[in-house]
Amino acid sequence: MEPLTRIRSKTVVLPFEDIDTDQIIPARFLTTTTKTGLGEKLFNDWRYAADGTPREDFVLNTDAAKEAGILVGGRNFGCGSSREHAPWALVDFGIRAVISTEIADIFRNNSLKNGLVPVLVDSETHAWLIENPGVDVTIDLERRLLKLPDGREIGFPIDGFSRYCLMNGLDQMGFLLESEAAIKAYEDARA
Amino acid sequence: MTAKSLFDKVWDSHVVTPESDDRPAILYVDLHLIHEVTSPQAFDVLREKGLPVRRPDLCLATLDHSIPTVPIRSFKDLEIASEPAAAKQVMQMEKNCAEFHIELRNFASAERGIVHVIAPELGATQPGKTIVCGDSHTSTHGAFGALAFGIGTTEVGHVLATQCLLQRKPKSLAINLSGRLKPGVSAKDVILKTIGEIGVNGGTGHVIEYRGSAIGSLSMEERMTICNMSIEAGARAGLIAPDDVTYEYMAGRPMAPAGQAWERAFRRWRQLPSDSETAFDRSVTIDVAELKPMVTFGTNPGMVVSIDQAVPKSGDAAFQKALRYMQIEAGKPLLGQAVDVVFIGSCTNGRLSDLEAAASILKGRRVAPNVRLLVVPGSAPVKKAAEEKGIDEIVRAAGGEWREPGCSMCIAMNGDRVASGKLAVSTSNRNFEGRQGSGARTILASPLTAAAAAISGRVTDPRELLN
Repeated sequence: MEPLTRIRSKTVVLPFEDIDTDQIIPARFLTTTTKTGLGEKLFNDWRYAADGTPREDFVLNTDAAKEAGILVGGRNFGCGSSREHAPWALVDFGIRAVISTEIADIFRNNSLKNGLVPVLVDSETHAWLIENPGVDVTIDLERRLLKLPDGREIGFPIDGFSRYCLMNGLDQMGFLLESEAAIKAYEDARA
Repeated sequence: MTAKSLFDKVWDSHVVTPESDDRPAILYVDLHLIHEVTSPQAFDVLREKGLPVRRPDLCLATLDHSIPTVPIRSFKDLEIASEPAAAKQVMQMEKNCAEFHIELRNFASAERGIVHVIAPELGATQPGKTIVCGDSHTSTHGAFGALAFGIGTTEVGHVLATQCLLQRKPKSLAINLSGRLKPGVSAKDVILKTIGEIGVNGGTGHVIEYRGSAIGSLSMEERMTICNMSIEAGARAGLIAPDDVTYEYMAGRPMAPAGQAWERAFRRWRQLPSDSETAFDRSVTIDVAELKPMVTFGTNPGMVVSIDQAVPKSGDAAFQKALRYMQIEAGKPLLGQAVDVVFIGSCTNGRLSDLEAAASILKGRRVAPNVRLLVVPGSAPVKKAAEEKGIDEIVRAAGGEWREPGCSMCIAMNGDRVASGKLAVSTSNRNFEGRQGSGARTILASPLTAAAAAISGRVTDPRELLN
């Protein structure tokens, strides 16, 4: 993975609460055996009519959304299924961060392993972002700050280890493989 | 000494290296459940890195999500019955398991079925174990006092390669369920009520322990129904302390310990229950004595009412959007709503007692005209046991379809789906938009409520049809 220290991009807003991973990528597209090409199916059933034509009124089909790398979602974004296809689809579409007041646990974990930054903000900041779609914001991983266009800087929490891995482009499996001696010792002690 | 919860005890005994500010804990995994949908990309990572599966003996693999529920005896049958991508995924699973020396319970196996049904059936699910799977309903296994949670595909790769995960310890939430259930009210109603009370994000960041008098009186299958839907409240896992009901269920199962090994395990298991109520970060109490059958009306499992209760009138934009999608009117109960499809099955309610409950209502009756009833046993052993009790005949005589095991219409990946705009009453776990098929509308309910809807063709209080 590419090291990631800051993301500067326009936002795209999906204001609904409890957006589940079945919406992000419907289950019928999970028969794939690869990670690639899922961006085309991102939010498929909201994005396309039954005959496959794009719904013009859906925000991800607008020209503005094509430039947006940061998705602002309603509370409890990414709930439901554990499918990692959800962050794969978002990343493939060009989304590099998701901002919400609450992000579901498994989706958050999966995102951190795919260079998709989950950014938790207070409800006031969130409400402002929802009311002002398409603004330019910066996510500074080094300083754990979200910078708004008016200069406001909002701190956000992120697990230190995941942040370290993102900033250095590291695959977390490496840490587990390096711990082989401890894993072996644990197994031996239990045997 | 500080009081420890069941969760604390299972967690602590699996820490390989402890958590620090800059590093999560390395947590050892005792049992890794694998299915065809969330594993192929993980096996690819192992191939790229030239790594073996570290402990194939701790893997339990089956085909459930994309497998057809019509009889399959050969790969040829599979290709005929499946969409090409689904057939390819199943074939890839066969190849991956063979290459990495993992035993696969494939379509020819008498032990196959939904992974969360077969692991307990085989006795692989045991108290005190850590169990993971690339599937959020892994929480099911918490019913045995195991710490069981869903993971993503990257983490499936981590476990395949190292048998471990990097994890921060979640907080704990005690849900105290008091009172005794009335006839016609089931475990499904309890968990739907619970999700309605705490919300679909009420358990985020937490591991739930279900406690209290209402839990003690439930069977293992009922406990699995409750723990299964912990994720629908946002929780990583949901546990229930092991007791005599647990041990009675496990004894004699093929992968459960036997003889002296059972005695040793039993001594450990008996130490697992939480020390006291003070061991939890949060607690909630819900009385289920007056609980009625529950039905969902919206597009997440927290949007739920009693069968005779009016759908709430007010709500935010998401609420209005959900009602529009569901074509359901606020201010009125769901009772009497016409139904197109009834699905009985899934890792939530696809076990023998669920099918028996449904059969108790279907017996000697006919499914309403224009209603499609699909009954899908959770596993091959469930199917066999149900057939020995004549449940297949009851379903067929009523005009329902009796199928081969699998996830089927719960996730609609295998060709079993609800058509756009049609309304299903389903014993599964998710009523998300399009979950049972693009444009499909879902009401979640218990097997009794689902069977009652099949007979009357409308949302019906099952207590009116109890014999």
